Amino acid sequence: MSIFARIRRIPFWSWFWFILGALYFLLPLYATVNFSLRMERDVIGFKAYVRAFEDPEFLETFLYSNFLALMTIVASIILIVPTAYWIRLRLPEARRIVEFITLLPFVVPAIILVFGLIRIYSSPFKIPLTDITILQPLTTFEVGTDILIVAGYMVLGLPYMYRSVDTGMRTVDVRTLTEAAQSLGASWFTIITRVILPNIRAALLSGALLTFAIVVGEVTLASFLGVPAFGPYLFLLGQHRAYEPAALSFASFLLTWAAMGLIQLFTGDQQVSGAH
Amino acid sequence: MAQTALNPKAPTPALDWKKWIGVTPFFLFAILFLVLPSMRLIVGSFTNSDGQFTFANIFQLFQEQAILDAYWLSIRISAATAIGGGIFGFLLAYSVTVGGLPKPLRSALITFSGVASNFAGVPLAFAFIATLGRTGFVTALIKNLFGVNLYQQTDFDLYSFWGLSLTYMYFQFPLMVLIMAPALDGLKREWREAAENLGASTGQYWLRVAFPVLLPSILGSMILLFGNAFGAYATAYALTGGRLGIITIQIGAQIRGDVLHNPGLGYAMAMGMVVVMTISLIGYSWLQKKSERWLR
Repeated sequence: MSIFARIRRIPFWSWFWFILGALYFLLPLYATVNFSLRMERDVIGFKAYVRAFEDPEFLETFLYSNFLALMTIVASIILIVPTAYWIRLRLPEARRIVEFITLLPFVVPAIILVFGLIRIYSSPFKIPLTDITILQPLTTFEVGTDILIVAGYMVLGLPYMYRSVDTGMRTVDVRTLTEAAQSLGASWFTIITRVILPNIRAALLSGALLTFAIVVGEVTLASFLGVPAFGPYLFLLGQHRAYEPAALSFASFLLTWAAMGLIQLFTGDQQVSGAH
Repeated sequence: MAQTALNPKAPTPALDWKKWIGVTPFFLFAILFLVLPSMRLIVGSFTNSDGQFTFANIFQLFQEQAILDAYWLSIRISAATAIGGGIFGFLLAYSVTVGGLPKPLRSALITFSGVASNFAGVPLAFAFIATLGRTGFVTALIKNLFGVNLYQQTDFDLYSFWGLSLTYMYFQFPLMVLIMAPALDGLKREWREAAENLGASTGQYWLRVAFPVLLPSILGSMILLFGNAFGAYATAYALTGGRLGIITIQIGAQIRGDVLHNPGLGYAMAMGMVVVMTISLIGYSWLQKKSERWLR
């Protein structure tokens, strides 16, 4: 083969676009790391990272965001798995409307959702046409706000979680598993927790990690509902510090990376975004 | 639930009714935290300050120059990043699928796209400030290499239209890669062989066969990217601190304190966003159906 033919076989434009894409990915990351290591003049060091992680408020907000993420994941699984299971087993006619509802969060962005949530839940719940209050406004006490924000996050994660669970159930024969478990005398609770859940664990994990990636750094809901989460903390830190926010930004990137990497590990070479 | 009564397929209505109990928690959740909040905004946009029905808010929406400007800026940024991100993402997806690059690069790109398409908000804004801000890495690089100071010798400003668009691109084109890579895989080898047997050149194959098959998918994905950028709030807020008046920032200001001095107008502004998002989602699913005819 002549040297010209060899050069011709190299897909020049493919390489060109790929390298351009790689630069777009990597330059902001490199810039962030580079900046975060220069807190001390003329020295490359991890001082910004030490400072950022030492701040007690960082740990508090970060743990709180993880707590919210965990609550969101658990509540989503409790809500969605039995629903998807029931639809597959007994109620296929509900599929269309439920799938439609799971798409609604794409139409209602976070900022609109929080607007509506605040307007609804900042006034007390009354029995219609009377003055009897059933529930104090959720936004006025801590547990209430936690419930509200977890519910909001469940809505944001709904499309991804539902799709993961539904895809997971498609690959296992839910009906046969259920009949087998029933003939052995298992209750509904046992069937779901000990038969269905273990069989779709890969799908659950990918839905959970995606939800985690959405919730941990989330800013919009957290700041408007006024909860002490990591997203608003990072934002405020950026208002009066330079190096620590860069360090934490890179750390968040690594965290997102870890979540996505784990998804890929468990689901193979599949797409890891629910927007499809 | 009411749906069962309307279900014509129900053979035994009494039994059928019980089946719906299984999905009640889901519907209850959806009503409480999705439907009710949305309804509140819709009802609010048709209500005046005395609580009576009115169209005035909707009319005012189209007369208030500041609101129209905010919508227009959001639409321009979303369209620019959807088209730019769409084209760039398509070319990247092309290069790793049918473009002849080594296989490992494909999984690297797909993984990276998964991360980047989920990497938005405050950290992304900070990363771009470190890259293209006044003292950013690339800003300094351009100054050293080409002797051009972006902020003094050009109109560039990270906290403006182009700056925000470049930042949005970071999660836009990876999303396009994620959607287009499977679609490009769906191109059948037989089509190419058939075209070549009939004497078509590579260019003709792409122009007459592959591109028309992919077009609905490309357009649909671009619409999805449009909606993705249109609803974004945190990235823009963290980057510009609310200085760049896109529609989500205006709505944020309205939530914090009634800056329009008319709650109804605020609701109408929010509802306008939902309308735009709905139109784009409908467009997306319509095009998606068209593309499924060939790519399955």
